[in-house]
Amino acid sequence: MGLSVAPVWGPPGLLLTMALCPALTLHPAEARAPAPRDYCVLGAGPAGLQMAYFLQRAARDYVVFERASGPGSFFTRYPRHRKLISINKRYTGRTNAEFNLRHDWNSLLSHDPRLLFRRYSRAYFPDAGDMVRYLGDFAGRLGLRVRYNTTIAHVTLDKDRRAWNGHYFILTDQKGQEYRCSVLLVATGLSVPNLVDFPGSEYVEGYESVSVDPEDFVGQNVLILGRGNSAFETAENILGVTNFVHMLSRSRVRLSWATHYVGDLRAVNNGLLDTYQLKSLDGLLESDLADLAVVKDPKGKLHITLKFYLEESNQSAEAIPLPQDDSDNFAMRVAYDRVIRCLGWKFDFSIFNKSLRLSSGSEFSKKYPLVRPSYESKGSRGLFVLGTASHSVDYRKSAGGFIHGFRYTVRAVHRLLEHRHHGVAWPATEHPITQLTSCVLRRVNEASGLYQMFSVLADVVLLKENGTAFEYLEEFPMQMLAQLEAVTGRQARHGLFVINMEYGRNFSGPDKDVFFYDRSVGYTEDAWQSNFLHPVIYYYRHLPTEQEVRFRPADWPLPRPAAIHHILEDFLTDWTAPVSHILPLRRFLENCLGTDLRSFYAESCFLFALTRQKLPPFCQQGYLRMQGLVGTGSLRQHRVESGLLRDYAAAGKRREDSGQWPGLREPVDQPEAPGPLDQPLNSNKEEL
Amino acid sequence: MMSFSFDGFRVGISFVMMCIVYKSAVNSLPELSPQKYFSTLQAGKASLAYFCQADSPSTSVFLEELNKAVKPLQDYGISVAKVNCVKEETSRYCGKEKDLMKAYLFRGNILLREFPTDTLFDENAIIAHVLFALLFNEVKYITTLGDLQNIENALKGKADIAFSYVRAIGTPEHRAVMEAAFVYGNTYQFVLTTEIALLESIGMEDIKYAHLYFFHCKAVLDLTQQCRRTLMGQPLTTLDIYRFIKSMEAPLLTEVAEDPQQVSTVHLQLGLPLVFIVSQQATYEADRRTAEWIAWRLLGKAGVLLLLRDSLEVDIPQQANVVFKREEGMPVEFLVLHDVDLVISYVENNTYIEERQEDEADDMEGPDMGMQDDEVAESVYRDRKRQLPLELIVELTGETFNTTVMASDSIVLFYAGWQAVSMAFLHSYVDLAVKLKGTPTMLLTRINCANWPDVCTKENVTEFPVVKMYKEGENPVSYGGMLGTEDLLKFIQLNRISCPVNITSIQEAEEYLTGELYKDLISYSGVSVLGLFSPSMTTAQEDFTEAGKYLKGCVITGIYSEEDVLILSNKYTTTLPALLLARHKESQVESIPLANTHVQEIVQIITNALLETFPEITVENLPTYLGLQKPLLILFSDGIINPQYQKAMLTLVKEKHLDSVIPCWLNLKNTPVGRGILQVYFEVLPPLPLLVVVNLHSGGQVFAFPSDQAITEQNLLLWLKKLEDGLESHITILSAQEWKPPLPAYDFLRMMDAAASQHPTRKGPEYMKETDIQENDKQPEDKSAVRKERIEL
Repeated sequence: MGLSVAPVWGPPGLLLTMALCPALTLHPAEARAPAPRDYCVLGAGPAGLQMAYFLQRAARDYVVFERASGPGSFFTRYPRHRKLISINKRYTGRTNAEFNLRHDWNSLLSHDPRLLFRRYSRAYFPDAGDMVRYLGDFAGRLGLRVRYNTTIAHVTLDKDRRAWNGHYFILTDQKGQEYRCSVLLVATGLSVPNLVDFPGSEYVEGYESVSVDPEDFVGQNVLILGRGNSAFETAENILGVTNFVHMLSRSRVRLSWATHYVGDLRAVNNGLLDTYQLKSLDGLLESDLADLAVVKDPKGKLHITLKFYLEESNQSAEAIPLPQDDSDNFAMRVAYDRVIRCLGWKFDFSIFNKSLRLSSGSEFSKKYPLVRPSYESKGSRGLFVLGTASHSVDYRKSAGGFIHGFRYTVRAVHRLLEHRHHGVAWPATEHPITQLTSCVLRRVNEASGLYQMFSVLADVVLLKENGTAFEYLEEFPMQMLAQLEAVTGRQARHGLFVINMEYGRNFSGPDKDVFFYDRSVGYTEDAWQSNFLHPVIYYYRHLPTEQEVRFRPADWPLPRPAAIHHILEDFLTDWTAPVSHILPLRRFLENCLGTDLRSFYAESCFLFALTRQKLPPFCQQGYLRMQGLVGTGSLRQHRVESGLLRDYAAAGKRREDSGQWPGLREPVDQPEAPGPLDQPLNSNKEEL
Repeated sequence: MMSFSFDGFRVGISFVMMCIVYKSAVNSLPELSPQKYFSTLQAGKASLAYFCQADSPSTSVFLEELNKAVKPLQDYGISVAKVNCVKEETSRYCGKEKDLMKAYLFRGNILLREFPTDTLFDENAIIAHVLFALLFNEVKYITTLGDLQNIENALKGKADIAFSYVRAIGTPEHRAVMEAAFVYGNTYQFVLTTEIALLESIGMEDIKYAHLYFFHCKAVLDLTQQCRRTLMGQPLTTLDIYRFIKSMEAPLLTEVAEDPQQVSTVHLQLGLPLVFIVSQQATYEADRRTAEWIAWRLLGKAGVLLLLRDSLEVDIPQQANVVFKREEGMPVEFLVLHDVDLVISYVENNTYIEERQEDEADDMEGPDMGMQDDEVAESVYRDRKRQLPLELIVELTGETFNTTVMASDSIVLFYAGWQAVSMAFLHSYVDLAVKLKGTPTMLLTRINCANWPDVCTKENVTEFPVVKMYKEGENPVSYGGMLGTEDLLKFIQLNRISCPVNITSIQEAEEYLTGELYKDLISYSGVSVLGLFSPSMTTAQEDFTEAGKYLKGCVITGIYSEEDVLILSNKYTTTLPALLLARHKESQVESIPLANTHVQEIVQIITNALLETFPEITVENLPTYLGLQKPLLILFSDGIINPQYQKAMLTLVKEKHLDSVIPCWLNLKNTPVGRGILQVYFEVLPPLPLLVVVNLHSGGQVFAFPSDQAITEQNLLLWLKKLEDGLESHITILSAQEWKPPLPAYDFLRMMDAAASQHPTRKGPEYMKETDIQENDKQPEDKSAVRKERIEL
């Protein structure tokens, strides 16, 4: 098929050029400057292409700059051992495309079902080459406008009152060509390898260049610096041929199954943990790498010592003091053939001029540029960071640093931009209040954005006046809740619900035992203690203020709500059980709204219509509009048996026999006192 | 108890007795002079006396607390008195200054301890301190681990130890321990500490509360062995310590060979459950070892017994390896648990639930929130096992949807498998398919939006259920009628013809009006509408066509615009453009001129024409009439209406006497729920038929036509006149109550608060800044500088 959407950025560009004409004569300097682009995207990796897709669909003026000759250049080299650890789950037993994205960690979002990653690889942990091929097709088939072989070497600001944000971003490429952009979307990923600086670090090989051929490691003693997935991936490749592999890192290993963070060590790579604990010579150590020093002996073997030993001595090659001189059981007293550094990457700040005030994050997430929860740089308006580089927002918490997470945050950024610059309100659907329970249930059961970006993106229900209708907004960055009205163009005057997905409060952590007995909760009244990812619904009478969001209680993703509901965790992540999931949710919603959200058959509505002045919302919005639910004979029989409906036909006959009417005058608040039910509670406690 | 305390008092003197009478409280504090006090002291008896200046205030916080302690101390045989230091009788116990007054504990006339009043800050502290002083030998106070080990070593093979940690002397927990020591001090060695470090050194991590350990030293014969320890899981209260020690005294493991239902041990009396480990001859040794292991783990939480299956007379289930007896009289539970930990956790969980249920019973008795009170959800759930003949309906998928609806005229039901309302409607839809089976009308299809959300979203379906009709060359039409078999059938049938139909000859028009033309559809549309236009009236024709399309599926419409249209307009005496309304039941044709009438108005005219003048009101048609916003005049009839009444009503309608109301009747045979309505209206139900006026839209009053009057035109007219003049009084007023939530929801916020407040020693401030939160899980790496050399495995 190829290009299905024609380039549409001609007209606005043309208009702007014409508008600039009078200015040209006055400012000859500007004559050389090309017409500004509305949107410039840096990098044609997954995040850059994802943003390009949304801009293209919205027919915006944009261009993507990519220094390589094709998209996804990072994946042409990395991971070095070519195995992606993002799950390519091709079968779920479900046909729901949205649900299936919960278990597809590689696809980008698009309307084209051919662009699903499962069509590109059969492997559960696919090859990086398939990702390159996929990204190439994504850019090609959708006709995304990417300028390849264009290295943006410098980015600076040019103040201009006519610009959307009061300034243009000036991008200069390797040939000196300048580009002016109203909005800059940085999706350059993390491209600079983290280095260590200690005496002897010149003997250390880097992950980015070390051999991947196990033959090169036969019979060697290997020390790996780092404890992330790249370190373990490197170890996994050579475990079988080395004498041993030691792995040294600053802090203890974090297992992703315990932290529930996909960036921590994944089981797919953890062979070394196994051989370490079974004492098969491999091992794991903790120490601050900055204190280390490596010395090379005449035979070319590498010895580990400490920096301050070197400072004390006069560094003559032979007599270098080693820790084992003092304590003869020093763990790393053995000589190594190779030391390999696998310490990850950081963001390349070097191309950004100081005027952009693009600074690095806190001590804790230094490798990422600092951004707001809206992914806009704190330093300059109009500069957004997308993709892996935007992970400071949810580092070690959610999936924002990975394709299956940032494909949704990119969409959120696009929606914010659509409103800010084009007056397009955040997409929302409006429904009568009777649909509230169903709307929430539908989303928690299928939405992939909520599921992947738990506790970062949340759905928002904005109630309308009188609580008879609501608007449903999907995947809003929840830390922006206080600014919701300003950034979405929607109104939140009459209360709101926020639908989030959460793990249990004290469930996740590197030192947590996540397999303990009774880790699963089976009773609805204990739902708030659910441990596994489950939906949590917050109710606010008013939009929280910025202060409330900033100074929320510790461990809370949102400020304290007026009421909160946890939908009981479910082994199958299928929250549709009538009594365990739907009923408590309905009770929560109706108690927040102060109304009755039950559904009724037309016959009940008929009774209410003639015996009460007010009708429940379901009858008002259905029956009274001639859309009542009639039901069938067999369903009616079940209602009679359940005690929820009085059998008037039978009652009538009995009365005729006895010849008198009992004077039943009680208000018909509830159709009838509910009869006994078989509670299926005892059987639903499962080991998760 | 009463007599005991009274005995204690009799050692006093008549003055004391007077006090009792005067204060009318049996256990109040006697006030004595020093001389009198010392004369009451008996050898071997303990007594606590508070010496105070005679002119000091008679009430103080201390005296109040001392007063409370009188009774409990007397239970332990300790008398209490307030001694007034009068000038004449000075005693060395009388302090010189008012605020230096102290309390003194004597045994006989020997002084044991003196207490500054601030150490006896409340009732608990008084009792704890007094007993602590008296039980000096029975309760050893220690501060170091060495002390504990010495005691432990000394008692191995001799006696068991009750070792407790309390946060401070004088706390309620301390009192509880001392009270237990008073009873058990001779049997067990009590050891007490307030040192957290000591507790930490024996391996406790979570030291926020008082703890009590039972050291099983008596059974230790090898002096190098440690005594086994059992931690008491409950908070330290007198009763719980008593229970705990009692359960320590019970045999660790008992073998039984009788029906577990009949077995009872001290555990059940203590409120602890029984766990039977089922054993067989062949595996007896192993089973016993397992049972002992479990018994140690459950010590103080449950009684453990070994049940010998082979010598048992009653049958127990073959697979069951554990029997659980929660309490006396409850049926035993037979369990299959393949892991010791499962047994432990089962017992702990079940005991826990029991406690919690008691709690809940305290603060929220009432309806079960887990009870389904949604009639639609409940009836669908109850019907879930029945196989619906779904094969009559084509199930569409993402792949087949487009090709199917494009290939043939189709009805599509969009539903969600988990949504009760749409599943209830699916039942009706299936009934419809059964009715239409074999008749080639339209293809009946369905699509489950829980499986194919992308299709549903594309078809603009965001709520469930939705029914749409897809016809070739036309935009899909949403069905807007009642969600039931009959109404949907009508919609489908009437859609077989493409309204408004083009009538091409006078003869065809006549056939159309008599109902001959669409004979099989007349039962679905009681009225046929024919628009008459001259060929030049294009705008009017377009408007009418638009209205006809809008009403498609609801009523049959036709259009006639041939040159000879005047023949028809003359026949039905109207001017062009006009509507002819043929009412088939009454075989009459009505004409309505249409001058400059727009689409909406035409729709309104036709809709109004569909209303009957004296309809039988049913569940399905009530909303149509309610839309008119008038009071209802309803005749309730048990079966078909009496023709006389009908005639009377129709006459009144014709004479325009009933314009302010909607006259209608209700057949209780067709609409049995009508009886439920009558029950609300009438306190005592008169015989049927009954005629009522229900003012639904303003005030909700219900008026009843006197049942002793005959329903005739005249009587009705008179009654209605009186009603209008406000001379009739209503029989009831319909409830104007709002529809509130039927039951409360779980208050998870409160539960979370309660859980948080149980751990008040949370470190750090309750509220944190955003940036701090991120740094929370930062490793304590900074320490690494300190342990530079300690790189070790």
